Amino acid sequence: MSIVVENLTKQYGPQKAVDEISFQVNTGEILGFLGPNGAGKTTTMKIITCFMAPSAGDVKINNLSIHSNPDEIKKKIGYLPENNPLYYDMPVLEYLDFVGKLQGIENNKIQDKIVEMVHVCGLNEEKHKKIGELSKGYRQRVGLAQAMIHDPEILILDEPTTGLDPNQIIEIRKLIRHIGKEKTVILSTHILPEVEATCDRILIINKGKIVADGTPETLRKQAQGNEVLRVQISDSDNKDNLISTLQSLDSVQMVDPVTDHNGTFLIQSKPGTSSRRTIFNMCVQKKWVLTEMTPIETKLEDIFRELTTD
Amino acid sequence: MKKIWIIALKELRSFFDSLTAYILIVVFLGLSGFFTWLFGSDIFFVGQASLQSFFSVAYWTLFFFTPALTMRMLVEENKTGTIELLLTKAVTDWDVILGKFLACLMLIGVALLLTLPYYISVWALGPIDHGAVWCGYLGLILMSMAYISIGLFASSVTNNQIVSFLLSLFIGVFFLIIFNVLSSNFTGIIGEILSYLSLSTHFDSISRGVIDSKDVIFFLSITVFGLILAESSLSKRNIVE
Repeated sequence: MSIVVENLTKQYGPQKAVDEISFQVNTGEILGFLGPNGAGKTTTMKIITCFMAPSAGDVKINNLSIHSNPDEIKKKIGYLPENNPLYYDMPVLEYLDFVGKLQGIENNKIQDKIVEMVHVCGLNEEKHKKIGELSKGYRQRVGLAQAMIHDPEILILDEPTTGLDPNQIIEIRKLIRHIGKEKTVILSTHILPEVEATCDRILIINKGKIVADGTPETLRKQAQGNEVLRVQISDSDNKDNLISTLQSLDSVQMVDPVTDHNGTFLIQSKPGTSSRRTIFNMCVQKKWVLTEMTPIETKLEDIFRELTTD
Repeated sequence: MKKIWIIALKELRSFFDSLTAYILIVVFLGLSGFFTWLFGSDIFFVGQASLQSFFSVAYWTLFFFTPALTMRMLVEENKTGTIELLLTKAVTDWDVILGKFLACLMLIGVALLLTLPYYISVWALGPIDHGAVWCGYLGLILMSMAYISIGLFASSVTNNQIVSFLLSLFIGVFFLIIFNVLSSNFTGIIGEILSYLSLSTHFDSISRGVIDSKDVIFFLSITVFGLILAESSLSKRNIVE
């Protein structure tokens, strides 16, 4: 089940919350939707889930447009809104029953579905309590359970792990990854490690526009440019000699000694080349002992900062 | 249609879960019982077996009773954001509005059913005009429908339950009293329009046992108009600027 977003725009007064964005998500893909607060993530999700009409543009889900077939689309989507609003005065089971019926599950299947969801989301001990009596983590699970009860082909989760403890976060991520194997998932967050841990693809949005789109690896490569290595060489007394030898290598662009650490250097290669092999060969030749060689990766945080600050 | 019923049942259940239903039913029965049987120009002074005095009391109690039911209907959903959860399920805005309307109407129906002992008691006392009684009940239901739709509209435009309650009383009081008072101050076409808009004109004739299509149409059109306003206020999030 694919989602195609075409030139989507949403205007609130003079402000454009979402500005002509277009992207596509395919079946079995987990898309991480990143962006600073107020970038337009939630607005986009509200439009895809047919809660709000866009000012312009269209979203097509399996060739059904949100303008002409909202009812069909709503049945295929499971949605966990931001802040996870729930009816606090309803017991968990009753609530799941209500949602299941609204989503058109037949009466004879609904009990099985509820049992399944209670099991999958780990709600068994709390299932008879009212939602208002649950802790935040359990409420979040109820939120996930209601989103998945009708076995939707598309899951849209707006910050699914806020307020959870680290154990629960790991469990929920595992759950999302598991679901994401057969379904299309869009999840928004501003916790960057979460995206790396769960998503196949990242979409960074800033001020209503898409600023980056790709797998974590391609984004990193794009942002990084040249290869940077951290190299430590011991058994060499003559530091200057070491630097000049390193500098003389063909592929090396720049050598930068790390202060405080004797014999440690940051070595930047020329564009498109790698110096790992030549450095190793050189050390062998000179009988120097190479004690460390680590490629330095650009972190997702850096990419995010670079793309979303002016 | 099925979705409307599911929403209505859920709302009705939450009335009974939250004590709202019990308190309101007790208050309604208490007030109307007190004024019907014990106080003032009560049923024994009329000298005939008729529920007329009950209907004129219920005419007032429902005026306060209905806004108390409807005030939290959409306010709560908008405030906590559950409306987003509800409307992203496979339901339309109309399903939500009509479901809530039906839930309120059913609760009032329950309250009115519980006044049937009044009917039976009076019947035991003397020959009663059954037609007039059933018409009276029909009138009360029609009037409640009008109040509920006004209340739903009031609850769709604000995020505050008190504002919602007062707003529906404010709109309701025009139909209840103000149009009636004004109509006696005007003559000609304006007077006639104001008199037509007054609830009492229509309710009185129904509760006397005369069902005129023009009275029924009056109540139904207020209902439909109120529901349309409530629905458009709910769906105003879709307005494209």
